[in-house]
Amino acid sequence: MQDFDDDLDRLKTALKGAPSPDRPSKEAAFIVAEENFARLQEKGEFTRPTETPASRPSFLKGLKSMFAPNSIKPLLLTTSSLVVIGVGIVLIQQPELRLEVSATNEQFVDAVATDGIGDTPEVVEENVRVEPIIAEAEVGDIAPAEAPATVLLENFAQADQLVRTQPVAPRRAMKQAQASAAAGLAASSDIRVLPAPSPSDTIAQPEASNDRFANEAPNPLKITSEEPVSTFSADVDTASYTWVRRSLQNGQLPDPAAVRIEEMVNYFPYAYAVPEGDLPFSTAVSVSQTPWNKDTQLVHIGIQGEMPAIEDRPPLNLVFLIDTSGSMNSPDKLPLLIQSFRLMLSELRPEDQVAIVTYAGSAGLVLEPTTASDSAKINAALANLSAGGSTAGAAGLQQAYQVAEQMSEDGEIGRVILATDGDFNVGQSSDEQMKTLIEAKRDSGTYLSVLGFGRGNLNDSLMQTLAQNGNGQAAYIDTLSEARKVLVDQLTGALFPIASDVKVQVEFNPAQIAEYRLIGYETRALKREDFNNDKVDAGDIGAGHTVTALYEVTPVGSPAVLNDPLRYGEAVAASDSDELGLLRLRYKEPGEGQSQLIETVIAPSVTGASDEASFATAIAGFGQLLRGSDYLGDWTYADAISLATHAKGADTFGYRAEAITLMRLAESLAKGQ
Amino acid sequence: MRMKTSDEALALSAANGDREAFGLLIRRHYDRIYRMGWRLCGTQADAEDLAHDIMAALPAKLRSYRGDAKFTTWLYRVTMNAATDRARKAQRRMKAREGWGEDYKMRAAADAEAAESYDWLQRAMTSLPEELRETVALTLGEDMTQKEAAAVMGLSEGTIAWRMSEVKKHLRTLAEKEAM
Repeated sequence: MQDFDDDLDRLKTALKGAPSPDRPSKEAAFIVAEENFARLQEKGEFTRPTETPASRPSFLKGLKSMFAPNSIKPLLLTTSSLVVIGVGIVLIQQPELRLEVSATNEQFVDAVATDGIGDTPEVVEENVRVEPIIAEAEVGDIAPAEAPATVLLENFAQADQLVRTQPVAPRRAMKQAQASAAAGLAASSDIRVLPAPSPSDTIAQPEASNDRFANEAPNPLKITSEEPVSTFSADVDTASYTWVRRSLQNGQLPDPAAVRIEEMVNYFPYAYAVPEGDLPFSTAVSVSQTPWNKDTQLVHIGIQGEMPAIEDRPPLNLVFLIDTSGSMNSPDKLPLLIQSFRLMLSELRPEDQVAIVTYAGSAGLVLEPTTASDSAKINAALANLSAGGSTAGAAGLQQAYQVAEQMSEDGEIGRVILATDGDFNVGQSSDEQMKTLIEAKRDSGTYLSVLGFGRGNLNDSLMQTLAQNGNGQAAYIDTLSEARKVLVDQLTGALFPIASDVKVQVEFNPAQIAEYRLIGYETRALKREDFNNDKVDAGDIGAGHTVTALYEVTPVGSPAVLNDPLRYGEAVAASDSDELGLLRLRYKEPGEGQSQLIETVIAPSVTGASDEASFATAIAGFGQLLRGSDYLGDWTYADAISLATHAKGADTFGYRAEAITLMRLAESLAKGQ
Repeated sequence: MRMKTSDEALALSAANGDREAFGLLIRRHYDRIYRMGWRLCGTQADAEDLAHDIMAALPAKLRSYRGDAKFTTWLYRVTMNAATDRARKAQRRMKAREGWGEDYKMRAAADAEAAESYDWLQRAMTSLPEELRETVALTLGEDMTQKEAAAVMGLSEGTIAWRMSEVKKHLRTLAEKEAM
């Protein structure tokens, strides 16, 4: 028997050797916990999960995360916590807190969400007798009830359940403090971020819930005679593809909201014709049969940016703005980021300059502007980075811009490269102010690129906003090979713009095309009149970048036309041209204010699609499958795989082979559902 | 002053919206969750993620705490369920990872290194089925009596006693295998 006990003792000793928790990740967990706590309390303002569009991360949330780890006092500034304060007073007066205290001596604060900032909360010393009907009826019955705590709690539980079955509870009911502390938790919790409350013991996965995406509903079918013109901004972001890849590799189909088809298509380099003459890019338009619908055609638009000789590029002035907050402390974040930057350093030229600013707690200049030739110094600075503290993003950004401006001389490009894992805390300023700052700096010649790292907290929509307004690229980096693609293979493209505010406008000929739809670019749509307005910002194209867009068009008379002709007639197409349409491109030379126009006719001839166009089509089809598009008929992943395999081409870097593997993965995951 | 407030009282106030109580509560118990997580999952990374997940979900979860059990008992139960849940998800991922090596090698290697140092414990714990791992995590790891462990797991004391004898058997088998 003795040796048995030894085994148990040994096991006990080994189990006792539990490591101490890592401080930064502990702090990060507290921040998340307290944020979620505050969010659960938030009342009235967000009664439905869809009310706040994903593209507008809440300003209040930024404020909250700023105050989260601190004492209770700053919470007076935020709205959602006013209820807490009332209870807190009680606690201080009666240190020996008992259940009765909190249940029968509640103090209510009538906190209407946004009105409360900075106000002294009005404290009403009343009790509420909570009836089970409380959540669906007006809350009346404010009486000095002496209901025993247990009864109250039971009632809370009932109210709670009621609300669960009727998620949209009347706002009035929500305002009542204690009732809504129970009911509001279920109904008014800000479900954008938290998963729907579940009575079971399953743990909410922040992985699945804290990532926020910017996306719109898929572009609908347009009737050419009603709306012949389609306008959008060029997009060279690739974050969505990387995200989709990571989901699939983790064995999960991606959230359809994470799928932005144009970013998937534009992830891949395409060998379009190289521009000739003075134009910074060439456009190639072809029309081919739609693989998923025999009665429609695909208009494929390929834009190829020129690749100036690398030797000719002006020196780069790069400021790395690195998020070193506690949450960055995981292998796929800060360590990967440092490795990624090392990769990039080896590609820089000696006269390029690099500086590093970190933000965590307070912003700081870690590496003063240093020429790339001094790699020992830069590497040492990178090696010294460590994660800890909370974020102070706005201050970091200000400082990074300041450093970039010091570095840039006339004719040189300055760029801030922001690397973060998510919540970019805007501090005191609102998203709008942040946008204004980034826009102003963009106009003065300092661009902003955003690199996303890690999973679980990624604020994709904010990344998009920042990069789009900063004339930069947003990319998501999950592996070292992705870092190589973004930072090294495309170094010149990412960092050296050849055309800015590139807008695309297609006018279809209603005599030829009955209906059309743009595949992807939902988040990039522009108004028709914005095309000629040089003040309206649009995407940039870097050296060597390609931009691809696909329209599915239904010719007049095709059985695939979905809309019946109007009984009382419609505007008769005046043109007897057989052209399908006209492609217009507007762009500005970097630093210029005046845009230039390129026009290309879309000829009616249906050609066999080139490998490049076919592969782009396969990826667009893949993206639509992931989004659950209605337009694909019985076209399946197997069809996408076959199309992509045939169009793989040379695939020097193996990107396309990887995409095909992802399609296979998605196919088997979709079957498992 | 509030140092003496019981876990139960804090938990109930937190469930009723007291932010300060909630803050105290999580600071008081994070280490416990983390260590228990480590004992259930085996690596620091998993334990950290688990603790993070639990922290994130705790505000919502607290609503189901009614004060009828000791808070720590309830919390251990939440932790165990979360770990089980997590293990199930990880298993699903493993399937997808087969034949998908390259991107994962880096990450997998990091995990393996961390696991290396807890070599024997790893072998011992992996030789045990899940319910026995949970049992030893509570009794040996958290120094619980069989009665306390039984309360967390919702089992009888007799079952815990029987499980501990099963643990001994498994460990002996392991020792014999390793002696060979």
